[in-house]
Amino acid sequence: MKKDIILAGVGGQGILTIASVIGAAAIEEGLNLKQAEVHGMSQRGGDVQSHLRISDQPIYSDLIPMGRCDVILSVEPMEALRYVPYLSEEGWIITNKTPFKNINNYPEEAALYAEAEKVKNHLLIDADAIAKELGSPRSMNIVILGAASFVLGLNYEGLKTTIAKVFGRKGEAVVNANIAALDAGRKIAADKVK
Amino acid sequence: MKKLMLLGDEALAQGAMDAGMSGCFAYPGTPSTEIMEYIQRSELAAERDIHRTWSSNEKTAVEATVGMSYTGKRTMSCMKHVGLNVAADPFMNSAFVGANGGNLLAVADDPSMHSSQNEQDSRFYAKFAMIPCLEPSNQQEAYDMAFHGFNLSEHFKLPIMIRLTTRLSHSRAGVECREPMPENELKLPEDPNQFMLLPAFSRKKYKALIALQPEMEKASEESPFNWYEEGTDTSLGIIACGLAYNYLKEVFVGKTCPYPILKISQYPLPRTYINRIMAECDKIMVLEEGQPLVEEMIKGYMPNTKIIGRLDGTFSRDGEMNPNKVMVALGLPEGTDAPVPEVVTGRPPALCVGCPHSDSFRALNTAIEPYGPGHVFSDIGCYTLGFMPPYHAINTCLDMGASIPMAKGASAAGLFPAVAVIGDSTFSHSGMTGLLDCIYDKTNIVVIILDNSTTGMTGGQDYTAHNRLEEICMGMGIEKEHIRVITPLSRLHDENVKVIEEEFAYNGVSVIIPRRECVQTLRRKASKKK
Ligand SMILES: Cc1ncc(C[n+]2csc(CCOP(=O)(O)OP(=O)(O)O)c2C)c(N)n1
Ligand code: SF4
Repeated sequence: MKKDIILAGVGGQGILTIASVIGAAAIEEGLNLKQAEVHGMSQRGGDVQSHLRISDQPIYSDLIPMGRCDVILSVEPMEALRYVPYLSEEGWIITNKTPFKNINNYPEEAALYAEAEKVKNHLLIDADAIAKELGSPRSMNIVILGAASFVLGLNYEGLKTTIAKVFGRKGEAVVNANIAALDAGRKIAADKVK
Repeated sequence: MKKLMLLGDEALAQGAMDAGMSGCFAYPGTPSTEIMEYIQRSELAAERDIHRTWSSNEKTAVEATVGMSYTGKRTMSCMKHVGLNVAADPFMNSAFVGANGGNLLAVADDPSMHSSQNEQDSRFYAKFAMIPCLEPSNQQEAYDMAFHGFNLSEHFKLPIMIRLTTRLSHSRAGVECREPMPENELKLPEDPNQFMLLPAFSRKKYKALIALQPEMEKASEESPFNWYEEGTDTSLGIIACGLAYNYLKEVFVGKTCPYPILKISQYPLPRTYINRIMAECDKIMVLEEGQPLVEEMIKGYMPNTKIIGRLDGTFSRDGEMNPNKVMVALGLPEGTDAPVPEVVTGRPPALCVGCPHSDSFRALNTAIEPYGPGHVFSDIGCYTLGFMPPYHAINTCLDMGASIPMAKGASAAGLFPAVAVIGDSTFSHSGMTGLLDCIYDKTNIVVIILDNSTTGMTGGQDYTAHNRLEEICMGMGIEKEHIRVITPLSRLHDENVKVIEEEFAYNGVSVIIPRRECVQTLRRKASKKK
């Protein structure tokens, strides 16, 4: 089992939370893990990425080689495309559709979607809308995680338990909202990928 | 044994504490900041009261470690690569006085300049100072090297450098930890002259340092972090240093590398290993993160052997290594070569919405407009983003603390007005001496100290001059009426412009302190309270 995952987004969108959920779930399953985080300048509204590598074999490089990534999991459509050179031919691009516009020259959304749809395995989801519908707009990142859950190679129940642990400090309501978000993401993905 | 998921920075921090470190001294700087931050959060550090508050700058941090080492205790300083430039004087001299208690200098380089104003390779400093350098290839080694480094330091009675790079500093992996060792007892150096650098002593110390070199090489040959891997195809031998070793292993994952490999994580270079690989192989490829240090050095070993690396153009002279560069150099298939789609545009970092600096820059821009562009000397911090649109408010950025002396030099040349813009943490780091130069000279200058109550750029650390800026300026000799505190808010724009104009009109040293807290630290405090 080997999964090389790139998490993408803009500073403050919660990709490091996704990374810690996947990471903790992988460790629970006894897998090896490396996760390269991004710090520094990128915290101020710049692009943020994390390379997350899971394997039952030893993992060497902290960076995923180009062309070897199994999943790009993105909370923002343009950020998803930034990492296309890393994607393997059979790799998945799973992204939120809602743009994060903090620059003047943000491209047309339609052009972004068209580009993402050129990737053989793609899944575009309006995670912001789903999270809002569930009454917890901040769990958008977990909706995306749920949508990606079927390609991560991790036990789904394990992901749920991990969410309960990661959000446990914040109280039961937050845990439940995030589990609902995870389920909603997974369901949408199941409906779309048939 | 417990296993923890740790960043490279954190692994080193945990290792140093478990190896009995009594004090850590540091100034923040990406990618090294998380070493100290981890120690500040650690229960073990709190229990043992390990020294863990920030220093004013890297020079004072290194000097403090030399003082702690003098007492026989184990200690570590941490900094980013440019911080070692600031600390170069105590660092070079610390190789002469040496160590009593183990002394580690952890320096994190930032090849590709993810968050730095330049790219430089700290291994050159270790070679320059003639001390051993450890370069971990993964998080576990970063942890283990703290133990090994302290032992080496106490064995050779020398400070030891631990060199990290961004990708290891900021990447997390499982690390097996050991039981914490006790701290060293307080025990002054046996030789009362050890820490005394008078020329008569120094000449002897230099000879002794030179005489130790063969033993350091021997230690590198016996190091558990350096090894030789046999290969069947000797048309090529590969020397892989630090993190680059991982990239090489990555390229051959699930296969065996046909070429002999020499893995190096401890310097000075292990001479017999180098001789062996050069004798066995027709050509040598050097994989190293940073500048071509090893590549240049081994050219002198066997001048006729072809060496492949950054100097012959196989790898670019600048920038990080990565697995793909290694694949291409070895002629292996690289996977896909899809480009980044054209629709994707850059998302450059910008000041946060509501950042106090943005209001300071707007007021400065209005006040300075009549004089035309080119008057504002700035420094390093979030506020360097004031160079970007829509502000275009600053003209220079050189190194931490440079703004005030640069403005002084320009003022001496006749530029008016000459303005320095410096952050509060940068002012504590290295602004005060430059300001004293201006006071001594009665320079006609306006110094704007942006007080956002934190070291914003590196994620919001405390700094030593916090809450003391006016007292410091007054104590240094600036007249009270020319120390002006303003609140950078858009509704106070006109008032603030007027203050700046008034200080332009004063022929002498003025300090303006726009004071409003960073919105990020404010937000963090608010969510903590909840
Ligand atoms: C010698 C040196 N040490 C550390 C750094 C990393 N660094 C860059 S700016 C900065 C401090 C910025 O703080 P401050 O001056 O308060 O400005 P702010 O970011 O809060 O606006 C630090 C630590 C550096 N570039 N050079
Ligand atoms: S982190 Fe603070 S100082 Fe830096 S840009 Fe944001 S608000 Fe301004």
